[in-house]
Amino acid sequence: MSIFSNPFDANESLRCVCGRHASQAEHDALSARAEQITGEHLSSHVVEQAVVRALFPQDSVRRKFLQAVGSPVAMSAISSIFPMAMAKEAFAQAGRLEKPKLNVGFIPITCATPIIMADPMGFYKKQGLDVNIVKTAGWAVIRDKTLNKEYDAAHMLSPMPLAISIGAGASPVPYTMPAMENINGQALTLAMKHKDRRDPKLWKGFRFAVPFDYSMHNYLLRYYVAEAGLDPDKDIQIRSVPPPEMVANMRADNIDGFLAPDPVNQRAVFDGVGFIHMLSKELWEGHPCCAFAASKEFVTTMPNTYAALLRAIMEATAYAQKPENRKEIAAAIAPPNYLNQPVTVVEQVLTGTFADGLGNVRKVPDRIGFDPFPWHSFAVWILSQMKRWGQIKGDIDYQKIASEVYLATDAMRLMAQAGLTPPKTTSKTFSVMGKVFDPSKPEEYINSFKIKRV
Amino acid sequence: MTALERLRPLALSLIILGLIFGIWALATMGGSKGQVVDDEYAKLVGAAAASGQKSAFPTPGDFLEKLGGHLADPFYDRGTNDKGIGIQLAYSIARVLSGFFLAAAVAIPLGFMIGMSRTAFAALDPFIQVLKPISPLAWMPLALFTLKDSGVSAIFVIFICSIWPMLINTAFGVASVRREWMDVARTLEVRPVRKALRVILPAAAPTIMTGMRISIGIAWLVIVAAEMLVGGTGIGYFVWNEWNNLSISNILTAILLIGVVGMVLDFVFSRLQRLVTYRD
Repeated sequence: MSIFSNPFDANESLRCVCGRHASQAEHDALSARAEQITGEHLSSHVVEQAVVRALFPQDSVRRKFLQAVGSPVAMSAISSIFPMAMAKEAFAQAGRLEKPKLNVGFIPITCATPIIMADPMGFYKKQGLDVNIVKTAGWAVIRDKTLNKEYDAAHMLSPMPLAISIGAGASPVPYTMPAMENINGQALTLAMKHKDRRDPKLWKGFRFAVPFDYSMHNYLLRYYVAEAGLDPDKDIQIRSVPPPEMVANMRADNIDGFLAPDPVNQRAVFDGVGFIHMLSKELWEGHPCCAFAASKEFVTTMPNTYAALLRAIMEATAYAQKPENRKEIAAAIAPPNYLNQPVTVVEQVLTGTFADGLGNVRKVPDRIGFDPFPWHSFAVWILSQMKRWGQIKGDIDYQKIASEVYLATDAMRLMAQAGLTPPKTTSKTFSVMGKVFDPSKPEEYINSFKIKRV
Repeated sequence: MTALERLRPLALSLIILGLIFGIWALATMGGSKGQVVDDEYAKLVGAAAASGQKSAFPTPGDFLEKLGGHLADPFYDRGTNDKGIGIQLAYSIARVLSGFFLAAAVAIPLGFMIGMSRTAFAALDPFIQVLKPISPLAWMPLALFTLKDSGVSAIFVIFICSIWPMLINTAFGVASVRREWMDVARTLEVRPVRKALRVILPAAAPTIMTGMRISIGIAWLVIVAAEMLVGGTGIGYFVWNEWNNLSISNILTAILLIGVVGMVLDFVFSRLQRLVTYRD
């Protein structure tokens, strides 16, 4: 469910007694935590009141905030995550920008639409920021440049901040993901010669490309072929190839297919190299993909800049979600300075009226969606797949990592400021290929699969 | 040599060039087969895909048009990620020269030392032999991780790849200065510094220069690979960015210019080499 659609959607069932949490268990956990906090600090009630008053001098704003996030979440956020002095700065709406000139890295794919379009369409400028957005060659480079602090923030794949934080594939650095970029918007593309082999059971020996080991693409592709009975580590080959190089590789017959971000899929169709086998939304409707990420250091040492940057991204995201703006955005981000693609390719991706490579014009208006909310349950699913495929070993505290890296509370507040309707909870259930995922039971979920590396 | 004799190779070169373009034009002619899909679909895909084919290699005409476009406006700047090909080349040349001269500053004194002492040569030889064949792309992740700056990393990679030929050639040149000259210097009781500068250096200069010429060639080869990896600016980034766009004409333009710049760099060093060469 997109946060821009009806919040009273029927999919959002399974509520607790207060209606604010996805399940009764979560309600209990959160209120217990809130009680514990007040219990620990006997005199803290007075302090908290003072702090909350300082943060929200206008009572109406305070009430809106508490309504938006729910008071247990707000309390735990204020008293545990932020030291008081810093929280004061972070929550100030128009604080002085610590660093108005920023470098933000991106990979030239449509997932980065909000980050990119905010430059030509003036969303950064509106927040008083002078943002230099730098095109980067691949995910490993974007990770290293962000860790080097050449980039203040960057476009990443949503599993990457989790992987960086727990130190999988990189040295552990506390990382945060304040916002998702997009949902859906990926596709599984096959080379033209496989046009009569659409059944994944026939794909033994295929060579596939995904953008990165720690990517939704990798996990979705593995999930999909494993459901068809193929072992992704033995029956097929999965390579990590930077998106821009995928079409060239498919053309050269180095790979049979890829699960990739757009415009790569549409570009393969445009050049007559491949066809779109399925859109990723057909595997998991509303799955997350790319993210906007920053180091914890940036978030804590420059709270005003961080808030301004995030507001710009949120507003761009809201603008991008509206179908009527999509053509304008396609024209703004297609030139050489940004995606460097023919406008029609980008337009087909964003509007969802596209050629599938087999001679049909498909109309799927929600082919890609933009939704900034970093659901904790997304993080838990990603961690469960990392564990399923042996990228992380041993026991991990799913909920703790999820809440430390995916900054849902910040997102709620800033979404409300940007005029969006944030969801009331930080976790939700969803289903992947028809199988329901319960974020409170990740281990059971992993064990329910036949093909796994645990 | 008569004027005719001088013109003959030039004419032959032009004929070869004409042949290359001719074969290229013939190979890419293959005309379109006509549309095989309906009009609505055809509007959404490239011309080749609409006729049921893969997009084709550009014709010489396409290429010359792109080349002309780049040469007509080489220094435009339309934002961080879109700069003219002249600016990109300037970035690359600056990186190559800084990495190369850093390498020379280390390699020549070190080569002198190694060349003067058999023990030093024997001790350092295994390291040189192991480090010499390592590809620039293998150094890059290490450099990014330890140096923590992509610009410095690119220069480091140039440095580490171009240091070896200079080091080996300097050591070899110094070690093979003719015995008689060294003996004369000893007989005349020339001081070590004076001996190094007035006897060994001029004697070894042609070999050192050859090493530098090989090194600058390697540095120019390496820069394209390094910039494709770190991105941002430079001719390597330009190639990568056009690869994104599958624009073969632009890539061919870049290839041609990379070749021309490499040729100019080599020419400069061949001139310098001629300056220091002597007859026995």
